[in-house]
Amino acid sequence: MSTDTQLDTWEVFMQSRAGANFIHQGSIHASDKKMALQNARDTYSRRGEGTSIWVVPTSEIIASSPDDADMLFDPSNDKIYRMPTFYTMPEGAKNI
Amino acid sequence: MAKQDALFKYTLRLGDNALILSQRLSEWCSYAPLIEEDLALTNLSLDMIGRAQALLKYAGEIEGMGKTEDTLAFRRSERQYYNNLLVEQPNGDFAFTMARQLFISAFELYFYSEMEHSKDKTFAAIAAKTLKEVKYHLEHAKDWVIRMGDGTGESHYRIQHAVNELWMYTGELFEMDDVDKDLIEQGIATDLDAIRPLWNKYIGDVLETAALIVPENGYMQTGSRKGIHTEHLGHLLCEMQYLQRAYPDAKW
Amino acid sequence: MDNVQNTVSKEEALLAKFEEKVQAGEAIEPRDWMPEAYRKHLIRQMSQHAHSEVIGMQPEGNWVTRAPSLRAKQILLAKIQDEGGHGLYLYSAAETLGISRKEMIEQLHNGKAKYSNIFNYPSLTWADIGAIGWLVDGAAIVNQVSLQRTSYAPYSRAMVRICKEESFHQRQGYEIMAQMMQGTEEQREMAQDAMNRWWWPSLMMFGPHDTDSPHSADAFRWKIKRHTNDELRQKFIDKTVQQAEVIGLTIPDPDLKWNEAKGCYDYGRIDWEEFNRVIRGNGPCNKQRLDHHKKVHADGAWVREAAEAYKNKHKKQSVNLN
Repeated sequence: MSTDTQLDTWEVFMQSRAGANFIHQGSIHASDKKMALQNARDTYSRRGEGTSIWVVPTSEIIASSPDDADMLFDPSNDKIYRMPTFYTMPEGAKNI
Repeated sequence: MAKQDALFKYTLRLGDNALILSQRLSEWCSYAPLIEEDLALTNLSLDMIGRAQALLKYAGEIEGMGKTEDTLAFRRSERQYYNNLLVEQPNGDFAFTMARQLFISAFELYFYSEMEHSKDKTFAAIAAKTLKEVKYHLEHAKDWVIRMGDGTGESHYRIQHAVNELWMYTGELFEMDDVDKDLIEQGIATDLDAIRPLWNKYIGDVLETAALIVPENGYMQTGSRKGIHTEHLGHLLCEMQYLQRAYPDAKW
Repeated sequence: MDNVQNTVSKEEALLAKFEEKVQAGEAIEPRDWMPEAYRKHLIRQMSQHAHSEVIGMQPEGNWVTRAPSLRAKQILLAKIQDEGGHGLYLYSAAETLGISRKEMIEQLHNGKAKYSNIFNYPSLTWADIGAIGWLVDGAAIVNQVSLQRTSYAPYSRAMVRICKEESFHQRQGYEIMAQMMQGTEEQREMAQDAMNRWWWPSLMMFGPHDTDSPHSADAFRWKIKRHTNDELRQKFIDKTVQQAEVIGLTIPDPDLKWNEAKGCYDYGRIDWEEFNRVIRGNGPCNKQRLDHHKKVHADGAWVREAAEAYKNKHKKQSVNLN
């Protein structure tokens, strides 16, 4: 049995400009953190798309199950009081 | 020596180093051990082509004979090339390529750090851009040398072998002649005596971290300052210049 | 017995829900339930797509060291690097279906997975680099634009990114051809020769005619595919003919003519015997391309092993290569 692998997979998140959210780009393979960062840069920022990168081992990502979507997300659907449009503002009030 | 002549030769040296190494690295295309590494080596090569373009264009302007960066790259023969012997050495295996990269990138880091303060504005500007790129090249090469040195028995053997084989081409990096002396006096060129100890220290530290032995300073190859190369350069140029030489009237 | 029936009806309910979702145009994410056949179809198609990008680096890489100007070298290298990157995006997307890149590479090596037939043709002159960019990438783009709306979300996301990046590829190839057509007699001959050799294989890239296409029914119902082979091929021909005319290249098809009634070009018979022969492994470069990939993979094993060994030695330490 050969010990050869394609190395571990890492998920790549990139920030396109300072202050923006980090957005998932895809994954890369690497054996250590530094290689992961370099490979992420060479793969997902060949056109200078990024200003900052996060890499996370794929095995460390905990994802919600689609089966739990009802339980996790439906309860907040009727909490419309969280939305600013829920509130009636007096006529003429500004900057609110 | 006329100032223009010295400056022309000096610029060619720098441009040729970038050009020849970019050509070597581009040979890795579709041959890397991991697809991610293929992209990484291409990035190195692309950085160097960009630098070669800037420097050879400048060389053409200094010479004032109407030569473009392409004329200089594709129409000179072996004896008119001034790149260091180190960069023309064939790729060998991945260890060989990374050892070569470590040696030259460390040299370039210190070299261009000085050149950033050159009185020649073009050099200073090229140096500033190059420095950012070289820092990345060096990190990349250093990390791989350490992984290989401290990896498996086989990788340790291969990288130590590469370091040993290439060592005799490192002395030449620091050679200076009248061209250097002229331009150093004018505050244009980098004093290589000053950066040599920095290079030695850096390489010593990396090799130690990688559990590798620094080779003895034995016989050092020389010649590129006079356009005397190893036999490898002729073959490289043969391939690189093929279309330009075979169809001299064609524009591409 | 009850258990079996329960499983069957549960499966049927899931399938119905899945198909409803796809019909409504909703995207399928990796953790959503999906029929096994959908997963299999995607793995087959996406890994083939990824392998094509990677194997496609070879014919173009063949000219990197001989590019005729620094600009041409730079552009070609950047383009090949993109192909490698696109292979990576696609491997990455395929991995979300539960297959590893290692397995995909094994399947490529043992012949279970394919790559695009077009890369089994040789790149013989510099004009081939023009023809590959203009015709091969041109054909690929038509296909990929259509795939941006494919139902599997990671695949769709990869295609959106790929299409954005590929826009310069076709221009690069067309520019080479245009320049050569304005050059010397020898250059013009070289360009026309490349056109003659790459035109028909490019048309074959879209696959068999719709009447002979074996995998289509499910792929359409599940919205993996959005347009038929013949629709896409026609689209490619219609836009390419004019581009050839502008630079003075002749399309090597005596039967090619504008059909006023249909509003598109009629074209001659595609040599499907050649297509099938090359698919079965008997093209000019089949063996060479696969051997190259296998050798590089084998030669690189010690490097990957070294990286793994280094990681394992330094797992618990926070120093070194953090």
